[in-house]
Amino acid sequence: MNRAVLIALQISVAVVLVLAWQITTTTHLVGNPQDLAFFFSTPGDVVRQIWTWFATGSIWYNLWITLEESILAFLIGAFAALVLGFWFARKPRLGAVFDPYVKGANAMPRVVLAPIFTLWFGLGIWSKVALGFTLVFFIVFFNVVQGVREADKTVLSNARMLGMNERQLLRHVYLPSALSWVFSSLHTSIGFAVVGAVVGEYLGSAAGLGYLIQQAEGMFDVAGVFAGMFVLAAFVIAIDYGVTLIERRLLVWQPQLHGGS
Amino acid sequence: MRAAARAERPDQAVTPRAIGFEGVTIEFGTPGQAVFRAVEGADLSVAAGEFVAIVGPTGCGKSTLLNAAAGLLTPAAGQVRIFGAPLPGLNRDAGYLFQLEALMPWKTALENVAIGLEIAGTPKRAARDQARDWLRRVGLAPFADRYPHMLSGGQRKRVAMAQVLIRDPKIMLMDEPFGPLDAQTRLIMGDLLLRLWQENRKAVLFVTHDLEEAISLADRVVIMSAGPAARIIGDFPINLARPRDVSEIKLMPEFQALHRDIWHMLKSEVLKAYPDLTMGEIS
Repeated sequence: MNRAVLIALQISVAVVLVLAWQITTTTHLVGNPQDLAFFFSTPGDVVRQIWTWFATGSIWYNLWITLEESILAFLIGAFAALVLGFWFARKPRLGAVFDPYVKGANAMPRVVLAPIFTLWFGLGIWSKVALGFTLVFFIVFFNVVQGVREADKTVLSNARMLGMNERQLLRHVYLPSALSWVFSSLHTSIGFAVVGAVVGEYLGSAAGLGYLIQQAEGMFDVAGVFAGMFVLAAFVIAIDYGVTLIERRLLVWQPQLHGGS
Repeated sequence: MRAAARAERPDQAVTPRAIGFEGVTIEFGTPGQAVFRAVEGADLSVAAGEFVAIVGPTGCGKSTLLNAAAGLLTPAAGQVRIFGAPLPGLNRDAGYLFQLEALMPWKTALENVAIGLEIAGTPKRAARDQARDWLRRVGLAPFADRYPHMLSGGQRKRVAMAQVLIRDPKIMLMDEPFGPLDAQTRLIMGDLLLRLWQENRKAVLFVTHDLEEAISLADRVVIMSAGPAARIIGDFPINLARPRDVSEIKLMPEFQALHRDIWHMLKSEVLKAYPDLTMGEIS
């Protein structure tokens, strides 16, 4: 399928969905449009709401807060995971002792932690960062441990024979090997950072996309909820695209990014 | 014949001994299981500047012996001496060319070649300049900024060669380095190796299962018996004139005579590695 056809088809999916939505909520074809519009809002109202947010500029502050929380959650979570992951992988005995606790902590649904974090860190951004942290940390952590353990044995022996000491091995072999695993899960981990931020905002905050959605919901403003969801979706797609660009720069050495040459 | 071959060893009193295996026995053991003895009582000397090839059947422990010389393995009995001194850990005088891919995939060809100097403290600019020069010597100057996956198998092997040689090791250990390459590339790599070695003679211990490759490259060919508990059973001097042309040398009558002699001994060992086949089916 060539690119133009693909994009045309992708756009037509949206057109069909919006058209169906429009017809359902403004004509008598399916049922009483007033009732349906209460539950589903109408495309026009949603667009008007999004337009208002951007025209007045009020959305930017909320977007910025969510972005800030996501980025902080990712950076802090990834850094902590990198340090602890290395420690675990290089000290197998330590890893074995803490293994059940790590698995147990990872199995915990993060939402139950939100009230605790609000109590500890208040209603500001840090309770959301903490929630995002708990999600990002484990993804990166397991990838780092895997990356260090799977570091190629021949490459390691070669690096040793070239004269590398432990510190140099860490920098030139183990770290790049671990990072390649971390980068390959970058989409997932950054996605989870956003999830942590938005869920945290939804559960109690004064700003952010999750806050907007929660406010609209509280007032049965369905158009506001849908508008928030669309902005959130666009936000996530934009971030994901940014990650793809970063990935292309950082992983030039990996064969699969070049169509398996 | 064995005794005759041994008698012609180079005089060790004159040339210093780069590598000395003294009754080296190497065992592998996993707790709770019987110990596997890979190599038994290996005695072997490689003089400085001498090119020695070890040939033996598949799985006979050739690479194991090489790893002991590199210090990657510790012998269960006997010892390895490097320039007279017992090997304490990793062999810092040796460069090792591996059979498998050993380049760091996240570094370009240039970075891979320069790394050995950089970690030893050479300033980055100087290390890169030398690396560029080495890439030129192995014919890869235009590929300096390529990552390993963008190079062919033969090109990667040449980068690996430059990566090892740039450190100017006194000893080169080579573990079937050209094994994964196709026949023509192997000849070209053999010629390149001999040319580089001719410029700056190092002690080379070259492991291969290919007898033709061994004879065309080495000063001496050492034969190992089939494993387990493989021993060194033959030691043949190769008095073919240098410089040699690896692709032409096989046509010389002297080469063919040597090949016949050595193969005679090697064949019976190779067959031991395939106990389910009879002699008649192979020859």
